[in-house]
Amino acid sequence: MKYSVNSVWENKDGYDVAVIGAGHAGCEAALAAARLGFQTVMFTVSVDSIALMPCNPNIGGTSKGHLVREIDALGGEMGKVIDRTFIQSKMLNKSKGPAVHSLRAQADKADYSRAMRQVLENQERLDIRQMEVTDILTEDGHVTGVQTYSGAIYRCRAVILCTGTYLKARCIYGDVSTYTGPNGLQSADHLTDSLKSLGIKMYRFKTGTPARIDRNSIDFSKMEEQKGDERVVPFSFTTDPEDVQIDQVSCWLTYTNEKTHEIIRNNLDRSPLFSGAIEGTGPRYCPSIEDKVVKFPDKNRHQVFIEPEGIHTTEMYVGGMSSSLPEDVQYAMYRSVPGLEHAKIVRNAYAIEYDCIDARQLKSTLEFKNIDGLFSGGQFNGSSGYEEAAAQGLIAGINAARKLQGKDGIIIDRSQGYIGVLIDDLVTKESHEPYRMMTSRAEYRLLLRQDNADLRLTKIGYEVGLIDEERYQRLLRKEKMIEEEIERVEHTNIGTSEKVQNLLGSFGSTPLNSGTTLAELIRRPELSYEKLADIDENRPELPYDVEEQVNINIKYDGYIKRQMRQVEQFKKLENKKIPEDINYDEIQSLRIEAKQKLNAIRPASIGQASRISGVSPADVSVLLVYLKQ
Amino acid sequence: MKKDTIAAISTGMTNSGIGIVRISGDEAFDIADRIYKGKSRIAESESHTIHYGHIVDGSGTIDEVLVMVMKSPRTFTGEDTVEINCHGGTFVLKRVLEAVLRSGARAAEPGEFTKRAFLNGKMDLSQAEAVIDVINSENEYALQSSISQLKGNIKNKINNIRNKIIYHTAFIESALDDPEHISVDGYGETLRSAAREIIEELEDLIRSADNGRVMKEGINTVIVGKPNAGKSSLLNVLSGHERAIVTDIEGTTRDILEEQVKLGELSLNVIDTAGIRRTDDVIEKIGVDKAQEYAKNADLIIYVVDASKELDENDEKILRLITDKNTIILLNKSDLDTVITADIMKEKAGDIPVISVSAKEEQGIRELEETVKEMFLKGEISFNDQIYITNIRQKNALSDALESMKKVIQSIDDGMPEDFYSIDLMDAYESLGSITGESVGEDLINEIFSKFCMGK
Repeated sequence: MKYSVNSVWENKDGYDVAVIGAGHAGCEAALAAARLGFQTVMFTVSVDSIALMPCNPNIGGTSKGHLVREIDALGGEMGKVIDRTFIQSKMLNKSKGPAVHSLRAQADKADYSRAMRQVLENQERLDIRQMEVTDILTEDGHVTGVQTYSGAIYRCRAVILCTGTYLKARCIYGDVSTYTGPNGLQSADHLTDSLKSLGIKMYRFKTGTPARIDRNSIDFSKMEEQKGDERVVPFSFTTDPEDVQIDQVSCWLTYTNEKTHEIIRNNLDRSPLFSGAIEGTGPRYCPSIEDKVVKFPDKNRHQVFIEPEGIHTTEMYVGGMSSSLPEDVQYAMYRSVPGLEHAKIVRNAYAIEYDCIDARQLKSTLEFKNIDGLFSGGQFNGSSGYEEAAAQGLIAGINAARKLQGKDGIIIDRSQGYIGVLIDDLVTKESHEPYRMMTSRAEYRLLLRQDNADLRLTKIGYEVGLIDEERYQRLLRKEKMIEEEIERVEHTNIGTSEKVQNLLGSFGSTPLNSGTTLAELIRRPELSYEKLADIDENRPELPYDVEEQVNINIKYDGYIKRQMRQVEQFKKLENKKIPEDINYDEIQSLRIEAKQKLNAIRPASIGQASRISGVSPADVSVLLVYLKQ
Repeated sequence: MKKDTIAAISTGMTNSGIGIVRISGDEAFDIADRIYKGKSRIAESESHTIHYGHIVDGSGTIDEVLVMVMKSPRTFTGEDTVEINCHGGTFVLKRVLEAVLRSGARAAEPGEFTKRAFLNGKMDLSQAEAVIDVINSENEYALQSSISQLKGNIKNKINNIRNKIIYHTAFIESALDDPEHISVDGYGETLRSAAREIIEELEDLIRSADNGRVMKEGINTVIVGKPNAGKSSLLNVLSGHERAIVTDIEGTTRDILEEQVKLGELSLNVIDTAGIRRTDDVIEKIGVDKAQEYAKNADLIIYVVDASKELDENDEKILRLITDKNTIILLNKSDLDTVITADIMKEKAGDIPVISVSAKEEQGIRELEETVKEMFLKGEISFNDQIYITNIRQKNALSDALESMKKVIQSIDDGMPEDFYSIDLMDAYESLGSITGESVGEDLINEIFSKFCMGK
């Protein structure tokens, strides 16, 4: 039962924006809206679960690390909070090209949540309210407020849905299922109906998490220790690198074996995934261990990463072994892994099903196409991952605020950031599983590096109003230093002196026959800007991040220029806007499939139209011609 | 849909006296300058002016041309446009177009000049419908050329190569995405040998593209021989009628013309030289160089020898020129008293087939036909099985894919990190997809998930 007629009342605190949910999307959305000057209320089913990390205990990772950097460059909070609460950090793919270097930090989950909560609590114009929202109130297609389970009505001008995995959530293992959100938290069971009545199309997705095991029951001598980097790089461009050189904790690596797989195979019929008890669609990129065993029968072992959930707890996360097998099978399965023979399970592994939306109902600003003032972000939009959620939350928060300011929404395009790729994919492409960011989804990834996120996006953050003047000026100075140094290096001639030849020899580089420029030497695979310091007499004293940009820009110049040319082509189509009131049925030459897809998605630009599956290049030509008329 | 620079032969592919290769787009002038040698650079020329010069590629001069330079917006397409007026005949035109494409233009889609003209506001609204028809024909064209024309072998071969490329890319990408579960270290060596294999397959396909062209457009044939050896009468016999003599067009030099003749099921584009016939001396007047130039790019050389006369130093020169080429020696005037026999020629020319003919009596023509057929339709190539890549756009896409694969090997040789390999691999994948009519879409992501076990 929702509220009775008697309990309905109207809150008069005068909110502009209501954010529903306090996970990673909700936190960024609420902070952005409040910081941009709007009275904001953030609803959560439990104040104790603000910025909760209900699955893996880390932030970042391949491509996700990029997202965190971009969030930071735009003025979001995630990078700053993880810099204060991480317990181990690693730059992944360090031996690969700069485009795929990715930062990943193990978080102290409790510290992370607490730190984020403090930021929210201390934010002006932001109120936190523990209450389930059951209805979105609208008039003539405009959002006018929300109503809660208790009957209270909160009038506001914009609503941001960040409900994560809580809508009609159900947790399952074996034949046990509970109607709760993650970690046994209360689910939100009423809002789906309200959304459906507004004409919003819902999906049901599924994801899962492994068991947590008591570290006192683990024999680490049978595992390989995984340490953090010696020199830690912070996520946030505002964090002093010296502040993150802390004592780190270790993770541990062990493996499943044939015995584990046999236990799983023998019990597959008891898995709700295989019996059909779970209807939601699961993600391919983080399959349960039973999925892996079935799908890759030739692999005789799978990696298992044992990761601490924090430094104030003995709970350990068992990465790589998420499952929805029955409890007794979980015990047998985990205990077949070396080092886990006597494992004590603290929390069972489980699968979780939840309602989310088909994000193609959204504009690129993350506002619903058919409901003015209603925005959404995070797992509710069909994504997965804390970082993906935070990125969308930030953009939804910014754009809700801009809407109230009477400004156009901010759209990061695919050539500007992973955030752009993420949102464009979500609102353009059909997805049947939770969407995870991957570097291979970014067609211009050589330009979208984690090391240059500030150079790409700080200006936008400044224009929006989330980046202060001082940080902006610092960015401009950095840009200038990079530019001048590249110019100098391109024009610095290097002769064939003995010193030069010796230095080249020491790096196994072919000696010079005649003089060349410093830039040419930097382009040699075995050399770098840093390695050539000794023969570069007029080198100015520069900060490390400037040197890094100079090196990358010179070294990969050819590839970078190639991608920049591709971006130019891309931009031309992106800039060809399609009017919102276009009538596709009127365009006779479009094929029927194209008409249907275009009508369903209503792309904002020719570029977006060209990325819709089922819209052919010829259809795009027809559109271009039609728009010219 | 790209606003890149496009090029095409914009006159009909008949053996008219003149043909035009049109280039349109932002880089039209720069591209033309890369292959045009004249008094001044095209990019620096006044708009709407005509210039005399030569089109050259790596191997030398292709043709003597007049180039029309037209600057945006007063052009048909509204873009910078260059029109190269070449000598007619498909042979020269094709070579000029190929040179243009190698210099950075993309082969235009059917109707693309018209489409651009419309999009750049060069046509009024009433013409819009017509333009849409043209564009719609693109759909049909794409279908025809990409699916129905690519029956069987070729399509399978291309898909096969694409599958290999996407597999290797997916492996690299899965490792980059999940470095703690999958390691790509040292993969360069594996990829290098895979890339080499793919390169070989692509080269085979490009050769097949040439075979396809031979089927569709005829065999580019050059007839060489000393004066009075009987070249003209041979040509007359082949073409079955007295040829109209094509005169020069005033003010330009028209020294190359083509005659298309049927030889059984095959068609030959016989390159004749007006100038040669006037002076009747290919070796002396045009010189061995020019003959060599023709011979180098011909599919077939027919060397006509007068069997009633002794060989001299000119024959020696010709013999040197035709070694390693598809050549047939015709011993002409076999109806007269002969001093040169087939055996003598064979001794001189090695493996080259020698046929005794009498152009006058039309003897030996059947044997010539059989020999040509043998030469061009051997092995897997047969008339009824349309497995050829016949279209210049498709051949171009193959060449692009080949270039990309070579870059992959270059990156491996240079010791670039593995993520750079993906860039060129995916370019190759995309180029090949444009032949079979498939776009990249979610292929890579799907391949990653279906083939490699990701972690978490």
